Amino acid sequence: MTDTTNKTPAQVLAPDVATPEVVPAQAPKQDKPASLWSDAWKELRRKPGFIISALLVILMVVMAAFPTLFTSVDPRDCSLIDALQTPSAEHRFGTDLQGCDYYARTIWGARTSVSIGLFVTFFSTIIAVALGSLSGYKGGWLDSTLSRFTDIMFAIPLILGALVILNALAGSRGILQVSAVLIAFGWPTMMRLMRSSVLSVKELDYIDAARALGASDWRIITRHVLANGITPVIVYATITVGVIISAEASLSFLNVGLQLPAISWGLMINTAQNRILAFPHLLFFPGLFLSMTVFAFILMGDALRDALDPKLR
Amino acid sequence: MTSYIIRRVGQFVLVFFAATFLIFSMVFAIPGDPIRALAGEKPMPDSLRQTLVQRYHLDEPYIVQYWYYVTGVLQGDLGESFNQRPVLDIIKERFPRTLRLAIYAFIIEMVIGVTAGVWAGIRKDKFLDSLVKVSTVAVISIPIFVLGFMAQLFIGVRLGWLPVTAGNPPSLYGYLLPAIVLAAVSLAYVARLTRSSVVENLRSDYVRTAKAKGLSRRRVIGVHTFRNSLIPVITFLAIDLGALMGGAIITETIFNVPGIGQALYQSVLGQEGAVVVGIVTLLVIIYAVANLVVDVMYAVLDPRIRYD
Repeated sequence: MTDTTNKTPAQVLAPDVATPEVVPAQAPKQDKPASLWSDAWKELRRKPGFIISALLVILMVVMAAFPTLFTSVDPRDCSLIDALQTPSAEHRFGTDLQGCDYYARTIWGARTSVSIGLFVTFFSTIIAVALGSLSGYKGGWLDSTLSRFTDIMFAIPLILGALVILNALAGSRGILQVSAVLIAFGWPTMMRLMRSSVLSVKELDYIDAARALGASDWRIITRHVLANGITPVIVYATITVGVIISAEASLSFLNVGLQLPAISWGLMINTAQNRILAFPHLLFFPGLFLSMTVFAFILMGDALRDALDPKLR
Repeated sequence: MTSYIIRRVGQFVLVFFAATFLIFSMVFAIPGDPIRALAGEKPMPDSLRQTLVQRYHLDEPYIVQYWYYVTGVLQGDLGESFNQRPVLDIIKERFPRTLRLAIYAFIIEMVIGVTAGVWAGIRKDKFLDSLVKVSTVAVISIPIFVLGFMAQLFIGVRLGWLPVTAGNPPSLYGYLLPAIVLAAVSLAYVARLTRSSVVENLRSDYVRTAKAKGLSRRRVIGVHTFRNSLIPVITFLAIDLGALMGGAIITETIFNVPGIGQALYQSVLGQEGAVVVGIVTLLVIIYAVANLVVDVMYAVLDPRIRYD
């Protein structure tokens, strides 16, 4: 009932994916019938939006995993004498208030953002898929209980809920705490998506066929229901990585996210906020990297949705 | 229909109690002795300790403590700040400004977002459509605090077109730049939602019928398609309220609008836990009420939806 009407902003980005059951696994003029994903891959390879976003995502992931490939400067090696320099040959992105090399800090910032984005999305998706498929497949009181619980978590907007908890955790906020809070408020939308997707898949004939052949519930869920119902969740999860990265930066900017000496783009802008008008480079570089990373994941989710949604073909 | 509304209201009551319970637990269940924290380094006489424990009901079971908190909320008691100012007072003073900012943002996102969405939708896969698609993703990708500082720097300072801060009390002119920034992200969502809704409706049977009857293109798009395409947009606006409230904390801080978001930010900085909880509780209730109203409205607006 309310599933149709309650949409989070990111769901609006992927509005048409909740009907995976109509996906025809066909490619008429071929010997072997192509699967949904290989069909999608063929289309994606030709889409400039997907190629751009994939390259950006790879660049950011490599930057997060091996920051030393991009800079040999230690981001924590700072000298106050060099404070607040504008970009120059020596410091490509200038320096910050403490005289740290801003280029090195911006590069190292990718590690925090990308790892929080992927970590939070991974665990939220696991929770959402587990609860959503259980709820949708089993139905009955289990479905009612899980759905009402999801309604409750859904009723607290992400930034507000995270703000209350993280504010109470003052003094001990690290990557782990911030991630845990983002996971706690990150899964409900995907759970609803998974549930409605499972509800539409489980009525199909091949599920009956599998049951008639004597397959156990576990086998039906893992082999048939999940395989055919998870597509919209994957599209949404891709977008979620971007949304979470943006949320972490916003929380750090609001002083309830990561704390120094952590290196995070949101924290860099927070520290610089009173000097932005005089030294715009303090805003520009972390802001640019942050926006590019979020852009890459959202664009990729968008391209995936276009390729996987049969209605748009 | 009536049973749907009753069930939806019941769900709202459940969500209200559960959400306030969650907020209460998250903040007050954190390990540590709050009275000890109040006393700081100094030793505290036992009699004072007893008085305080009784005053804050700390000797009662947890669920009873929650009951005192939630009945307080229902009677409009959202707690006190450190200097004993009721949180409700702070809200009364500041809320109207946030409301004005949000209304301006709403108007901007509706007018521009719906126009861009319809425009893109009726020209699906043309250049303009792609332009709207890519530019909305770009706008969504820029976190609102980056967008806010950018707008302040370029439109406010470099170009000097609009005031950099809202002023106190803020003028209509001063509200303009923060309202544009606050509207920007939601505007992009509204545009995309309208677009996909228009595209879907243009393919529907009743639009084909309208065309077959020989109605003018203007009437087919302006009346038949447009009105039906607005239904999902209206429901989105309630969900959007959540994003607007989160966004208001950031925009009000950047543009120095003395509203409720700025009060929340200042309470975070000042470690005023009670004020943070009070304001967030109120915002969560507003959000839940808005969602309730929109769900009921949706049932009235779109008779095609059946509620079992």
